[in-house]
Amino acid sequence: MNDTLERPPAADATEAAQSFVTLTLADQLCGVPVLAVRDILAEQTITRIPLAPPEIAGSLNLRGRIVTAIDLRRRLNLPAAQVGAARMSVVAEQGGELYALLVDQVSEVLRLPVAACEGNPPTLAPDWAAYSAGIYRLQGRLLVVLDVARLLALAPRT
Amino acid sequence: MDDLLADFLTETDESLAELDVALVKLERSPGDEATLALIFRMVHTIKGTCGFLGLPRLERVAHAAESVLGRVRDRKLTATPEIVTQVLEGLDRIKAILAGLRANGAEPAGDDAALIATLDGIAERRARRAPPPDAVPQASPGGEPVAGAEPTAGEAAAASQTIRVGVDVLEGLMTLVSELVLTRNQLLQLARTEENPAFTVPLQRLSHITSDLQEGVVKTRMQPIGNAWNKLPRLVRDLARDLGKRIELIMLGAETELDRQVLELIKDPLTHMVRNCADHGLEPTEARRAAGKPESGRITLNAYHEGGHILIEIADDGAGLPTAKIRAKAISLGFATEAELAAMTEAQIQRFILRPGFSTAAAVTAVSGRGVGMDVVKSNIERIGGTIDLKSVAGQGTTVTVKIPLTLAIVSALIVQAGGERFAIPQISVVELVRARAAALDGAAADHAAADPAGETSVIERINDTPVLRLRERLLPLVSLTGLLHLEGAAETRPDDRAYIVVTQVGATTLGIIVDRVFDTEEIVVKPVAPILRHITMFSGNTILGDGSVIMILDPNGIARATGVGVGGGDPRAAGRDPQRAGPSLHGADGPTAMLLFRAGDGAPLAVPLALVARLEDIPRARIESSAGQPVTQYRGQLMPLVPFAGALDAGRERFTVLVFSDDSGGGPARSMGLVVDEIVDVVKDRLRMQLGGARPGLLGTAIINGASTDVIDIAHYLTLAFGDWFKAPRAAVAANVLVVDDSGFFRQMLAPAMTAAGFRVTAVASAAEALARRDAGEMFAAIVSDIQMPEIDGFELVRRIRAEGAWAELPVIALSGSTEPADIARGRAAGFTDYVTKFERDALLASLRQCLGQGAPPLGLAA
Repeated sequence: MNDTLERPPAADATEAAQSFVTLTLADQLCGVPVLAVRDILAEQTITRIPLAPPEIAGSLNLRGRIVTAIDLRRRLNLPAAQVGAARMSVVAEQGGELYALLVDQVSEVLRLPVAACEGNPPTLAPDWAAYSAGIYRLQGRLLVVLDVARLLALAPRT
Repeated sequence: MDDLLADFLTETDESLAELDVALVKLERSPGDEATLALIFRMVHTIKGTCGFLGLPRLERVAHAAESVLGRVRDRKLTATPEIVTQVLEGLDRIKAILAGLRANGAEPAGDDAALIATLDGIAERRARRAPPPDAVPQASPGGEPVAGAEPTAGEAAAASQTIRVGVDVLEGLMTLVSELVLTRNQLLQLARTEENPAFTVPLQRLSHITSDLQEGVVKTRMQPIGNAWNKLPRLVRDLARDLGKRIELIMLGAETELDRQVLELIKDPLTHMVRNCADHGLEPTEARRAAGKPESGRITLNAYHEGGHILIEIADDGAGLPTAKIRAKAISLGFATEAELAAMTEAQIQRFILRPGFSTAAAVTAVSGRGVGMDVVKSNIERIGGTIDLKSVAGQGTTVTVKIPLTLAIVSALIVQAGGERFAIPQISVVELVRARAAALDGAAADHAAADPAGETSVIERINDTPVLRLRERLLPLVSLTGLLHLEGAAETRPDDRAYIVVTQVGATTLGIIVDRVFDTEEIVVKPVAPILRHITMFSGNTILGDGSVIMILDPNGIARATGVGVGGGDPRAAGRDPQRAGPSLHGADGPTAMLLFRAGDGAPLAVPLALVARLEDIPRARIESSAGQPVTQYRGQLMPLVPFAGALDAGRERFTVLVFSDDSGGGPARSMGLVVDEIVDVVKDRLRMQLGGARPGLLGTAIINGASTDVIDIAHYLTLAFGDWFKAPRAAVAANVLVVDDSGFFRQMLAPAMTAAGFRVTAVASAAEALARRDAGEMFAAIVSDIQMPEIDGFELVRRIRAEGAWAELPVIALSGSTEPADIARGRAAGFTDYVTKFERDALLASLRQCLGQGAPPLGLAA
């Protein structure tokens, strides 16, 4: 079941098109392959975890399972969200564990042809390049495909 | 076929484990027909099934083993150790082949010819009258009944009532039940706030059923601890052969049940401890004979339930832990100094073997002592929330007691709050709760604390920045959860706020955790933390409370380690990171000595043992008066003389820091003396490396503390400055001559001035041999004060020899020891000591001396 996460979405050549859950992070449109998404959550109570790495926002209760929440703004070194701003999360699974990716807003699901995916421009900021699996040119906006596996590859700090 | 093979593997594994046990039993009683029949049947079944499944290599080995067993069953052979060894070797080969089979689904390649030839050789040895081995009862592979085809009637009945269920199915059930419990709790909470009678009854039923279901599912995970023991008889037998010892293994309470997860985790530590018993614990046969013990050593395993926990005792009747060796090793490894060891009890010294990197085996043997030792056992046990305890009596053996929770899945926990966040602390490690008030360093607060020490509200005192609590005559090191976890809410706690202290015990370490609030205890379902958070050692897991919120479960072990209070807390990272490491506990299990560092004048930093300081005060200049040319202050309704250290009073400051030394005994009005210093620097728990030479009066000597050379002051000197008669008993007689025996120069230096000041003449010697030499030379003393732990002749032996003969036989002999636990005192009295006094408690010693010498002074207890 983790195959969907470990394989970059663009490499899935057998399908002509792929569906993405679109979301915004500091006004940037991003997409996560829909197969990697387990749940979409509205604002949740998140318990802070002392001494945890900064990008760990805390943990939350998803129907009896404990889910670690990761603040994608901090993961991508973006400015912190405004205090009190409602945030949503996209839940993904990695190695049997659930993670909630905290984003600003989740919007519709888009079906995009695989062939239209372009590689990262070489000038893309390193923070984005590290987690981008490709770029789609949509009408008037660019969509960055986020690589969930890489986003969740959090190494414990020693 | 795959399923069949998997079933075969599982069943054969079980049979093999049983076979090991049965064969060892057979070896001990070769005539036991029931055991022999059981063995024969199991080997026969394995062989038959192998043929059926087409596993020729396994079948040949099993067949050869069966042939030998057949001869034994037919009484053509006797089950000698040699034969049993060969059969066991055959079983080992079968196990190896099975391992390969499990890994690859096919028999691994290999040559068993030599083994089979040996087995056949044994079978034929005295088989002249018997038919050749090939004709031993053995059917053609295809026609052989499969496993379980010839069980006894009882077994058949039992078999029909059990089914094999995959562990993952049980685990899945457990998770579901856990979630059901949480949902039930949420419902109950809702029902409490919204009174709706229509729901009350069904909800109650749901609640009961959920509890029963939970209990039932937990039960499915339970297994008798005997399952973790079944490899031990074989292990002990082989060890006994290898080591040339005779060892008897006794297993009690094998039916005690515990969670399979826990069972898996304690298997290896248990095995290791049994190895230790056999290898290091039990003496060689000759030594046992010489000591008048039965030649056959005994290892006893005992498991039983006690209050939601399982206790497992691993005991041997060997020589006991070699305390002298452990001492020497602790010094050579730099774990402790001579001075620290001198203040420790034997039990504390023995606990060194639980420290990482400590192996007592003088020579590394093949059996144990391979660099991993009891410290690994300890950390494995602690990982599952258990504790480990040692008890050793020289010449009588060692008992290790392991206490582990019944299950890891559901624990009772105390819910607390700190810095606005809630946390769970497992109930197993909570000893008590104390309500306390944080106190500033002002006189009023300290006065209150002193006036009402046993009152409802205790006061958190601070020595520099280190919080401590006086709890029943002990100083309890404290750690603030808010500070430890770097919670932002720290500012909320103002000095006069109420706080709660959760007193936790981990092994022999007691630590108080300061929290803001305490809620309730709850049964929580422990869930492991996400891998990304595993490196945070403060948490052992997380859980969901009845109200649906997620909280972290604190790990008292991790906290103790992070604060450096824990036994064996050798985590250098934690030590370097946390300045609060300097726990103020003088009686820490095996910790270094706690010293109060202060400054006065321009010289080196000064130090005094923290245990001697009663209080720290901050006194304004206005409150200092003069009486008969001596500075005094009004303190608790009395005049307290002040002794300025190095002209500290002359400094043009408005407030002065005063160390109060007090005499709180009931004998007369309490007296206090204040030592005025410039500032308190810190409380440091460090190894006291005393460089002797108290050149000036008032200095015991210089030590290196925290890497800086520090003068250790002699409080006795300043007490005499304040009260000329501080140490003098009201009816002091002629100066009595006292002999002090202590191998530690530090203590000789510390005791002699105090005793001299108290009006005794002191002769100090460094060893028991020296003391006995003085006796034989005809010297006479009024009393003898002796250390317990000394090299070569220890205190117990010394007093035995003194009592045995010579002019000193009737003299009072007082023991100085690191502890005054009842057991130690009893032992001391049995050996012939008149009294038993804790080191550092100078005044208890003086009181005891006076009593022994008939001077009858009221005991002076210098408050510590």
